[in-house]
Amino acid sequence: MRPFTYTKTEDTAQATSKLAANENAKYLAGGTNLLDLMKEDVERPDELVDIGLLDLTDIKETSTGVSLGAMAKNTETANHPLVRKNFPMLSLAILAGASGQIRNMATNGGNPNQRTRCAYFFDTAMPCNKREPGTGCGALEGQNHMHAIFGWNENCVAVHPSDMCIALAALDATVTIADGNGKTRTIPFTEYHRLPGDQPERDNNLERGELITSIEIPKNNFAKNSYYVKVRDRSSYAFALISVGAGLELQGKTIKNARIAMGGVAHKPWRAYEAEQFLKGKEATEENFEAAADAEMANAKTLEHNAFKVPLGKQAMVRALNVALSGEKV
Amino acid sequence: MKENKDKNQQEYQELQLSADEKSILDQLGIFGKSRRRFLGQSSAAGLSLMATQFIPIDKVFGQETVPSTPPVPFKNAVDVSFSINTKTQQLTVDSRMTLLDALRERLQLTGTKKGCDHGQCGACTLLVDGKRVLSCLTLAASCEGKEVTSIEGLAENSELHPMQKAFIKNDGFQCGYCTPGQICSSVALMDEAKNGDASYVTEDIMNISENLTLSDEEVRERMSGNICRCGAYPNIVAAIQEVHQGRETDYNWQES
Repeated sequence: MRPFTYTKTEDTAQATSKLAANENAKYLAGGTNLLDLMKEDVERPDELVDIGLLDLTDIKETSTGVSLGAMAKNTETANHPLVRKNFPMLSLAILAGASGQIRNMATNGGNPNQRTRCAYFFDTAMPCNKREPGTGCGALEGQNHMHAIFGWNENCVAVHPSDMCIALAALDATVTIADGNGKTRTIPFTEYHRLPGDQPERDNNLERGELITSIEIPKNNFAKNSYYVKVRDRSSYAFALISVGAGLELQGKTIKNARIAMGGVAHKPWRAYEAEQFLKGKEATEENFEAAADAEMANAKTLEHNAFKVPLGKQAMVRALNVALSGEKV
Repeated sequence: MKENKDKNQQEYQELQLSADEKSILDQLGIFGKSRRRFLGQSSAAGLSLMATQFIPIDKVFGQETVPSTPPVPFKNAVDVSFSINTKTQQLTVDSRMTLLDALRERLQLTGTKKGCDHGQCGACTLLVDGKRVLSCLTLAASCEGKEVTSIEGLAENSELHPMQKAFIKNDGFQCGYCTPGQICSSVALMDEAKNGDASYVTEDIMNISENLTLSDEEVRERMSGNICRCGAYPNIVAAIQEVHQGRETDYNWQES
């Protein structure tokens, strides 16, 4: 690991101004992804600003919903009564990710900022436009069974690895961001992450020196009928091949509203708007779930090794919707 | 007298002893002819073994005399103080040093193991402020004021922790390398079940009470961050369930 200076602060404004002043500085929160990448020589900060002491750990009810402090740990968030009761899809998504140890370390603000687990991004001997812009994409014609089927281009086929973010995208969350000048801004969670476009090195729309201070989830009526399905190469402690967060707001048997997002398919949490549109106003039946999934997967564009993600994505979405509807895990 | 001394010096040259070797033999009280006889019977390498009695034992095994500050000043040094197994330690560490390396390399607490060093295997699991975490992805510098418990701190007054006993009784390991991490993880798991923390496979996540009784499926899911290369998983689950539910199993090889 390369040398770096280490400082810590209890003051958000001080933290953001430190990052604004040094383009090679990074925030250190849980460290579960950053330290790993520094050991791999992928991340090379010369300064770490430890934000573990920032007073941003509250998980609280607000007039519009629930606010999740950026420095609250993933474990606390998943098990907080407000989250379990109102947004069980989020609890399940967090608990489907990583391990007990890592969830005890990882924070709500850090999770959206974790980098892709694309093996070509991790291997400094390989070309990677995300790690070193202009060098090409090793995965495009390499081992790409884990890679994207939506929204990719020849610059980058990596996927965002988070489970938590899939639920946040489905649940219309917003992100509150502080900058280095004491100002804050709020953007929809679905606009936080980016597709690769011509800047695959940028995972999200956070500007230099900015810091997520909280994530807000608006009240909704999906809690009773929601679920998070995760399919992986082994049954636990692995990144998703495909994951689906699904929530239904029902009026009798009719779907008043649906919220669906997918993981393991794109450079950002993939909100399945096509499927949601299809289901709106329709009866909640398996046939309609299948047709909705078909509508979404119709836009998929596969690589050499990941064509299996199209049928798998469909089945995972149908399963998520079935469990959301019946509460029966099969 | 002078003649004797010259003779001795001559013998030293003849034997081609280093200053250290000479001093060991002097302290052992072996001189002259007997020294030559002694050396004839022992190999040069074996000689150093004789020296161990002149080294204070705490320099070899003790933690007390380990200097908390390395002898040479270095760049990016961070002073940190935290409690390890209820004892406060003050260290000056390189900012890059992980908690794992601080315990193993600086505090001689080698019970915590380095497996992958990338947060994928769980061998380095220990408890920080009562929660299980990965010490390979924790900077020592970030541990100011924290309470760290490692495998060495679980036993009380030379009485093993119930989870340690259960791992032995149920043969919850083969090579043993992942075991400290498995046991620390299991100890934390018992608290998590008491608190009513959920896992991905917990039924009815919206209505969970405290004091959960964990099924084997639950234990496996919750322990999935601790990899066992030997595949001792069934016995590990048995050990945990013995502590968690008092369940006896066939894996038990000991008379209780």
